[in-house]
Amino acid sequence: MRIALFVTCFNDLLFPDVGRAVVTLLRRLGHTVEFPEAQTCCGQIHFNSGYRDECVPLARGFVDAFAGFDAVVSPSGSCVGMVRHHHATVAEHARTKGMDDRLSADVAATAPRVYELSEFLVDVLGVTDVGARFHATVAFHPTCHSLRLLGVGDRPRRLLEAVKGLHLIDIPGADECCGFGGTFAIKNSDTSVAIGLDKVTAIASTGADVLTAGDTSCLMHIGGLLTRTGSGVRVMHLAQILASTDGVGG
Amino acid sequence: MTEVPRTRVHEPLPTFVGTPPFPEAARAALADDQLRTNLRRATTTIRTKRAAAVAERDDWEALRLAGAAIKDEVLRDLPALLIRLEEQVTAAGGTVHWAGDAAQANAIVAEIAKAHGASEVVKVKSMTTQEMELNEALAKEGIDAWETDLAELIVQLGHDLPSHILVPAIHRNRSEIRDIFRREMAGAGRPAPADLTDEPRALAEAARLHLREKFLRARVAVSGANFAVAETGTVMVVESEGNGRMCLTLPDVLITVLGIEKLVPTWQDLEVFLQLLPRSSTAERMNPYTSMWTGVTPGDGPQEFHLILLDNGRTDVLSDRVGRQALRCIRCSACLNVCPVYERTGGVAYGSPYPGPIGAILTPQLRGIARGPVDDQTASLPFASSLCGACFEVCPVRIDIPEVLVHLRAQVISQKGWRARALSQEAALMATLGWALGGSRRLGIAERLAGLAGRIVGRSGRIGRLRAPGLAGAWFRARDLRAPARESFRRWWRRTGGGEHDAADAADHDT
Repeated sequence: MRIALFVTCFNDLLFPDVGRAVVTLLRRLGHTVEFPEAQTCCGQIHFNSGYRDECVPLARGFVDAFAGFDAVVSPSGSCVGMVRHHHATVAEHARTKGMDDRLSADVAATAPRVYELSEFLVDVLGVTDVGARFHATVAFHPTCHSLRLLGVGDRPRRLLEAVKGLHLIDIPGADECCGFGGTFAIKNSDTSVAIGLDKVTAIASTGADVLTAGDTSCLMHIGGLLTRTGSGVRVMHLAQILASTDGVGG
Repeated sequence: MTEVPRTRVHEPLPTFVGTPPFPEAARAALADDQLRTNLRRATTTIRTKRAAAVAERDDWEALRLAGAAIKDEVLRDLPALLIRLEEQVTAAGGTVHWAGDAAQANAIVAEIAKAHGASEVVKVKSMTTQEMELNEALAKEGIDAWETDLAELIVQLGHDLPSHILVPAIHRNRSEIRDIFRREMAGAGRPAPADLTDEPRALAEAARLHLREKFLRARVAVSGANFAVAETGTVMVVESEGNGRMCLTLPDVLITVLGIEKLVPTWQDLEVFLQLLPRSSTAERMNPYTSMWTGVTPGDGPQEFHLILLDNGRTDVLSDRVGRQALRCIRCSACLNVCPVYERTGGVAYGSPYPGPIGAILTPQLRGIARGPVDDQTASLPFASSLCGACFEVCPVRIDIPEVLVHLRAQVISQKGWRARALSQEAALMATLGWALGGSRRLGIAERLAGLAGRIVGRSGRIGRLRAPGLAGAWFRARDLRAPARESFRRWWRRTGGGEHDAADAADHDT
């Protein structure tokens, strides 16, 4: 099986450790991971902001970069949601505007083979115990796009529950949004922060050492509020916990 | 019956006109701690109850699919179904009027009321008449419109604006309601008891006595409708309080305003919606009052029935392949109760009687966004969402609200006048991002620049209280930001061959 890592532009630039953790994890499970260097961005920022024309070259770039792989794995539920659910819409836009007539067919070939990390581990590789060791009390934030757009369900929880030394606790109102929402966090920053601060309060009530999720974007927003409010809760991507074997919480 | 003097006549009524764009309106609402507390309590309670009511049904998804399919059929066959409805209502002794817009519909209502010499009408709770601003239009004609739904009464007496589809006074708590009743009831009819407490029972009794004299006096009633059956000409109102039943049965004349999308083709189709609506809306298995009437029944109930079919932008919505699913809406308000944005801002911030997620997709469409540029407040509504998808998950007719939101965002952006005026900074950012992300080499260059910048502003690996204008400032006012990494993933991969040449790199990494 040829596996490609779609690291996402966001992790590439801001959180490269998350991409490295995915590589570490998959190698430990005995798989070779390739990183097609032509990859850039799925186009979600533009799509969700209403810039459809600008999405077309990005979706084209994505299908070209990942053509021929059996599976594309990504540490972002949100970006995978963009690819699997919205690239077809981008392709339709490209067709009606005469920008790219072949995009629909290429998207149809690529998008179904793109997996969020927990989906890939549980559904494709068939593992829940990835051999990780991590001693900490961990709260898990499900993230809206993983939960509702992809329907990853309890896969991340099952992976976390199998980590040695990890004590998993629930956040009250766990499936409620953190208020990030991409450019919403900036365009409606007051509302975004108000939602986020309620999430921070809910996280603090759990007594967790670490907050984890399958999306660094949500973690960046929540983490930015946590440090600003002086909280000691650290944020780590799910991949970083699953990659850990030394037993020390980050 | 004693004649109670009506002292409050035709005063100017508050409207949504002048509401600023959503971010600004939201900021004002967020600063109101009482509002935040009231909303949080109310939405949390009702969404918990709804979840329990829905979980009782193992065929819920099948019901949702059926509801969506029936409504899609209605939208597909709308002209024929409307004509069928008109024929049936007319055959049963009713009169059907067609109104292209709110002004026409308001004029028809006023004309009918005047023809009967009525200086007041009693009203059943109705979103459609709010959309038309009927009360304001009637006031200009010297006709008082009395709201009889408890929450609408609270809003009307409080000179307030509705903030929720089902519970328009959701932003008020019990003691605020008591104060409004004590202060305002006397000016509108029977006063509240001097010793009125904030006990729900006492508040309801005060409203009951206040409204009763209006029910018994009124000659003309105005209602909306939840459904109308094309096959039979039957119109239906579902409600919880019984005030609707009073309005629909006691007066001589009944005027019902029906949005043209409110049809169902057959009587049997109601089976689906009478299961979907109460559980989604009030979290009840069945709503307490279901009133149905077909034209006029001699000697029983109103002897004159007018049905006004209202377009008011609906055919524009229908013309949009993606946006038209908003016309499936049955006004249950489940999407409001689960929305993280609505829960914090309340409904008034949306500047329309349709607030929350459904309002964010319905209001811009009814105001003609498909035809051309809309005002800044309207254009801000599709962006008033984090796209979390909780609304779609609970919608009983499966309106993919996030899909329509991003569709409308694309319409806003493509309407260039607006883009040039308000989005210059954002448009520049999107263009820059589009360039940088347009190829891996360009992205590599951009990342190296960002890494350099990150080293300058974020020595601790974190950027704190950065003073910045515009978009950046909006982030940093309340949040820190992780500084761009010194070495991007791409550069690390190239330097180490994905960690193969650098054993230490393959180990665990700190955040």
